[in-house]
Parts: sequence; structure tokens; C-alpha cells
Amino acid sequence: MTGFSPSFYGIRTHSYKMKGGVVLEGNVVLKMQGICMTFPGVKALENAGLTLKKGEIRALMGENGAGKSTLIKCLTGVNKFEAGEIYLDGCNGPVVNKDTMDAQKKGISTVYQEVNLCPNLSVAENLYIGREPLTKMGTVNRKVMVKQAAALMKELELDVDVTRNLEDYSLALQQMIAIARAVDMDSKVLILDEPTSSLDDREVEKLFTMMRNLKAKGVGIIFVTHFLEQVYAVCDGITVLRNGHLVGEYDIEDLPRVKLVAAMMGKDFDDLASIKKEGGGDKRKEPMVIEAKGLSHAGTIKPFDLDIHKGEVIGLTGLLGSGRSELARAIYGADRAQTGTLKVKGQEVKIKNPIDAMKLGMGLLPDDRKAEGIIADLSIRENIILAVQAKMGIMKKIPMAKQCEIADKYIDLLQIKCASRETLIKQLSGGNQQKVILARWLATNPDFLILDEPTRGIDIGTKTEIQKLVLKLADEGKSLIFISSEIEEMLRTCNRMAVLRDGQKVGEIEEHDMNQMNVMKAIAGGEH
Amino acid sequence: MKKSKINGNNLLLLITIALFVVMYVAGCVIYADKGFTRLQTFMNILINNAGLICVTCGMTCVMLTGGIDISVGSLIAMDCMIMAVGIETWGWSSPVLMLFILVIGVVFGLVQGFCIAYLDIQPFIVTMAGMFFARGMTAVICKEQVSIVSDKIFNWLSGFKIELPFGGYVNKKGVMQLPYLRITVIVALIVVILIFLMLRYTRFGRSLYAVGGNQQSATLMGLDVKKTKLKAYMLSSFLTSIGGICYCLNTMSGTTTQATGLEMDAISSAVIGGTLLTGGVGNVIGSLFGVLINGTISTLVKSNGKLVSSWANIVTAILLCFFILLQSVFAKIKEKK
Repeated sequence: MTGFSPSFYGIRTHSYKMKGGVVLEGNVVLKMQGICMTFPGVKALENAGLTLKKGEIRALMGENGAGKSTLIKCLTGVNKFEAGEIYLDGCNGPVVNKDTMDAQKKGISTVYQEVNLCPNLSVAENLYIGREPLTKMGTVNRKVMVKQAAALMKELELDVDVTRNLEDYSLALQQMIAIARAVDMDSKVLILDEPTSSLDDREVEKLFTMMRNLKAKGVGIIFVTHFLEQVYAVCDGITVLRNGHLVGEYDIEDLPRVKLVAAMMGKDFDDLASIKKEGGGDKRKEPMVIEAKGLSHAGTIKPFDLDIHKGEVIGLTGLLGSGRSELARAIYGADRAQTGTLKVKGQEVKIKNPIDAMKLGMGLLPDDRKAEGIIADLSIRENIILAVQAKMGIMKKIPMAKQCEIADKYIDLLQIKCASRETLIKQLSGGNQQKVILARWLATNPDFLILDEPTRGIDIGTKTEIQKLVLKLADEGKSLIFISSEIEEMLRTCNRMAVLRDGQKVGEIEEHDMNQMNVMKAIAGGEH
Repeated sequence: MKKSKINGNNLLLLITIALFVVMYVAGCVIYADKGFTRLQTFMNILINNAGLICVTCGMTCVMLTGGIDISVGSLIAMDCMIMAVGIETWGWSSPVLMLFILVIGVVFGLVQGFCIAYLDIQPFIVTMAGMFFARGMTAVICKEQVSIVSDKIFNWLSGFKIELPFGGYVNKKGVMQLPYLRITVIVALIVVILIFLMLRYTRFGRSLYAVGGNQQSATLMGLDVKKTKLKAYMLSSFLTSIGGICYCLNTMSGTTTQATGLEMDAISSAVIGGTLLTGGVGNVIGSLFGVLINGTISTLVKSNGKLVSSWANIVTAILLCFFILLQSVFAKIKEKK
């Protein structure tokens, strides 16, 4: 991965050299620096940091695995970090929070992506549980609690009956109630960890209004999100992490979208040293394999059109959470499409579930191979045979000899490194596990294959092998959707790329326009 | 709270109460000639189930956290055996023994709760171990049936009748029979009221709901989930011990097979009373009616006279299915919203 230095753009990078007994200058309310932390076998954070001022909304950005959540958890005491300091306004010297409660007491409140309240309790109780107003007898004073809760809701302009159960309200309102709880605890620092991912546009706007109100009251807000639009709509500053490192801290004016994407992905603009494969001819003349019109799945992907021809490799690009996997899942029927039509080889079809898709000659290699792909306690052979068996129907027995033949063929073809075909899959390395799953789908002899992040977390050598295999499959006349976070890899393998942003397909890039610069621009969308 | 709120959970409670009323009225109509209409019939249901009511209150608290306690039946058997052997063989006085049994209950719950909350072992497994231990211990203390006869205080408590000044009837000999209650019923009702208040008005009570509603959220909101769970199991075993004393006052004996399957009665009563097995929803008023419904069913079957008593089990089974179905229907409706 090419190194990206913020000074490349002439952007002022902050460097803090402070030693013990630091008084935070200006109106800085929180300063984290040099935070290091390791999970077993993985360096999750190395020299990460963040600075937050009073009355500032700061976006914390980074791709998946950049360490955003880990950093937040170090701050709130969920994770224990090994090195680095956290300074907090009003506290002398470095602070280490023991747990969430401890962090709360010091004025750090967190609202998570999932609403972390109790749906079976009333709104008032959710606001005050653990710190309920008490009567003289030491029991919970429900009257006072309800009164206070109602006053708080009124102050934040939320139309809520506080005596009703939380579950009676929409997710957006629940999220705002969670924020209300956080705010009411006199927090100096409010952390919003992807609070908008389940909200619609109008609800997001309401949330932003609330955030701006809090900002005016002097609360410092850390806003973790992957929606670029929202960052530029509401934030004052951006802190970018990559691979556990602090890339830089910027004012919003200093970091237009394209530069932000570059900072997150760690690519320089003019790094065009991508290896182009030899032209494969115009695949557009080939017959259509997949023709999607207006497919959508509520809450994950807005209606999109997509044509895929025989022998074509289509790349889906976009930031994490932009709807790449969701688009693929809608085609495959893993998430049943609610609108639109889908034609496979010219025939209009209704795909209700993955079995239907398999019978039509489709295959999906999911991105989370642990959760959705491998069955750890079965052998390589059994894992490979699974999809063939499912396609044939579970009642038909595949003769053992045939099973072995298929398994051996793909172990050989994909160069799966293993002791024998009866080795348990959990004993293989990540890359080899990925190959087994790939073999599983190849064994069903699909015409159309979706590969969702097939190269994530595997070594360079295996990556190249898988990329070669993708090209080979395309040569054999199979059509593929290839999803990857690594642009370079996509440039090498794809004939065409579809760009997604915020759950919507926003455009396509033709082969002759495909380069890092264009792709990044497309992902970022619009100059800032 | 001015507005009346009928959500799925309140509705479940209402259905439970309505079902009890319907069953009881039906019994009164069908078996009027067999004395079902007498107030004493109802009093007998309470007397027979006083112990179970205490146990069910504890079970409800545990189930609110999303857990379960299947050790209660065996614990009652052990309590009764200690009571019986304590009086007849060891020669202890009954107040001391009762105190001893309550202490045993707390310690028993402490051990179980510690394993569940702090060692993170499945409640089912831990309390199953507790169940085997208590049942085994009962036999170790004494294999024979021991009847309690020689303790005056205990005998007096057991035989004490609280006569009600109304609702009597005149028997064949022309003597006025006033309906009466036993001390155990008073104890059980006090337990119900105290637990009801505790669940509603104390931090601990509300924490039980929060833990059952969403354990992770409860942790993140700064509640001490582990301590809450530990206390829940301690409370359950403590209430079971109170229930054990009540049970012993009814049976006046200790045997190894006593109260077999009582844990299931307690669980089914709690479920019929609207407590969700997944936790977070339920209250002891519902559980009280759950016990009453179970008691009414067996009284109905007995009143019929021709039916085998096992029919009571079948009716309970049908009711359980009905209520679990209702719960899942309400859960589905909620999801759709």
C-alpha cells in the first residue's frame, strides 16, 4: 500500500508533544494521543489520536478496520489500550476509564449505532435508569421521573409520551431518546457512533438539528459515520484513521471530498501505476446474462438498473456501507427485491431465495466467510459439495467417488494448500478457506458469480491467484460481479465499474475511463 | 399516569385475569351442586398453592432477567426434609429451623447466582445441578418419610385458621361453616405484594426488567448486570425457602419425592401469567393469577370426579401453548410496527 502523507497537500498536521500534567490549551475538551492497542494477533491501533474542541462536531472517518470503533471504545473504557494518553477537560493528568459508567461520570457519553436502550421499559425509565430520582424511602419516584423526562423531551422538541414503552416509537425517535439520555448526563463529550445508518433523510435532518443545538450549548461531538454527505452537512472538522494510524486532523474547509477519500483509502491521486490487463474486446456485443431494472430492497439499496453481459466482470465500488454487497444480495435473492424486474438470459424471473438463484446458475461468495460461508467443522470435501448438493436437492445422494473427484479437481485447480480433502476447513488459512468457498460455487458450474470481497484478509500471493482466476473464468464465458475495497485490484480485473454511494447506484465507469483518480472522484461524488 | 395504555403486555395480563374469571364462573355454574360456589373452594385453592405462589414470585424475578431456575422443586423437598428431621431427630425448635432454612436458601441462591452471573454458565445447567444436588441431599438427610408431630409451635402454625366473618354456609347438620384461611396464605400474599412493589418501585426491580430487555444495553447504560443477576437468583432461592416452609406447613412431613415437578408448575404459572421466557416482561400479579388458574384447573377436574387427575396436566399444556402462541403473536405484531 502506498503511503499517504497529509503534508502532500500542504495541510497543516497537528503534532502534540505534551508530557504529564498537561493543561489543555484553548477550548480543547478532549485530546487522545499515541493510542496503541492490540487484539490477539492484530495491531488494532498504533499511534492513533483525536482532538476535540468545545462546541465542535468532529467526524471520525476511516474505512472498515481503520480502528474508529476501537478508538472510541478505548475512550469509553470498553477496550484497554496499552500506550498513549487521554486528556479530558476538568481532569488533571491522563485519564483511563475503567468502564462505560466511569466514562459517563467524567462526562463522556456514547450513543451507538444500534439503539442501546431497553425496549420493554418506558421512555422515562430509559432516560433515567441507573440514576432515577428517589423518594425519601429510597424507592424510585416515578412521578418526579416522568415530570423530568417530559421536560427534557420538551426542551429537545421531541413529541413523545414518556410513560409509553420505548418500543412504541420509531427507530429514529429511539435514537434521539438515546441521545437525550446521553446529553442529560451533563456530558462534555458526546460520541455518536454511526447513529444515522437506520434513519431516513427526514429523520437524519432532525438529528442534525439536535446536534447543532447541542453544539451551540458547547458540547463537543464526535460523529462516526460513513456517509460523506452527512459529514459535509454538519461537521466542523475531520479526523481520519487508516489501519489503526492517525492520518491527520483537518478543518472541514481544508479537506474536500476527493482528498478525504484519498486519505481514507491511502492512495495518492496520481498513483496511476496500475497494471492494465490486455484488452479483452468489447463484451457489450455478447448476449445479456443479467438485466436488472429498478430492483430495490427497502432500507438497504435504492432502485437500480444493471446489465451484465456474457464474459464480463463488473466491479462494484463505493465506500463500505454504500450498498455494494446489498446490490449483489438483491440480485441474488439473499435480500428479496421488493420492486423492479430481473431478467436472466433474457427470461424474466422472480427470485425468492438463494436456491432459486442457484438453479438459475448464479453463485454468491459472501463477504463474511466466517458467518455466511464456511462450515468450520466439516471437511474440505463436504464444504465444496454443499452447494452442488443444495442445487440437486438434498434427497439425492452424490456418490462418494464423485464427491472425491469434484473435491480433488478444485483443490488442484485452485491450488488449495491442505493435507487432504478430508482436512477440516477450520484448519486452513484464511486464503485457502476463501478458495474452498470459491470452489464450492465453481462446482455448481454457475454462469454468473458474485464475489463479495473475495480477497479481504488474505495474503498478496493468494490475492493475485484469485484475481487471475477471475479473469480466467471470464475468458471461459462466465459473468462476474466483483466487489472489493481495493481499487487497484478492481482496475486489474473489471471490464466496467458501477459506483455506489449511500445505498444508491450513482453511475458507471467504462473501461477506458477507469483509473484511480476517476474512481475516487466517483466514490466521493461532487467536488466540495 | 393519566392515560390508559393497553399494549401487548398489559393485554396478556388482562387475558390471564379474564381467563381465570371465566374458568371460575364456569366451574361455579357446572359444579354448583358440588360446592364450587362456596367461598371456601377459592380459599382452598389459595391454601393448597401458597407455597407455589411464593416460588412463582421468585421464578418471575429470575425469568424477568431472561434466566430460569429449575432447582426450586428440589430445594423445597430439601427444606421440608430439614424441617421434619430437624424437629423429629435433631430436636431443634421450629423458629430456629425456619431461620436456618431461609439462610440455606440465600446461600443456595448465592452459589447458583455466582455461577450464572460471574462465571457466565447457562442458568439452565447451573440450576439443574442445583436441582440434583438438593434432591440428592434430601435423601442423604433421610430416606424415609418423616412426619412432623412433636413441635408445638409448628403444629399450631399449621393448624391455625383465620376465619372470615362472611361467606359462610350451613352444612347438613345445620352448623354455620365460616370460610377460613391459613397463615401460609397470608405469607404468600405478603410476598406477592412486596415483590410487586419491589419490581415497580426500586432500582433493583427496574434493573431486572432492563437486564431482561437488553442485557448489552443495560451494561452500556451503566447498570451492574452481574450483580443484578446474582441478586435475582438469591431472591428466587430465598422465596423458594419461604415457599418451602409454607409447603411444609401444609404437608407436615418430609419425603424425598416431595414437590417433584414443582419447578415446572412455577414456570408454567409465570408464563400463563404473562412473563416472557426471553425476559423483560412480566409481573407478579400475573404470576399470582397463573397459579390460581392452575389451581382452578385441578379443582375443576377433581369436582368432576370421573376424570383422572392427569387431565389437569393436559389442560395446563393446552393453556401453555395458547399463551406462548399469544406471546409470539404479540411479538410479531410489534416487529411489524
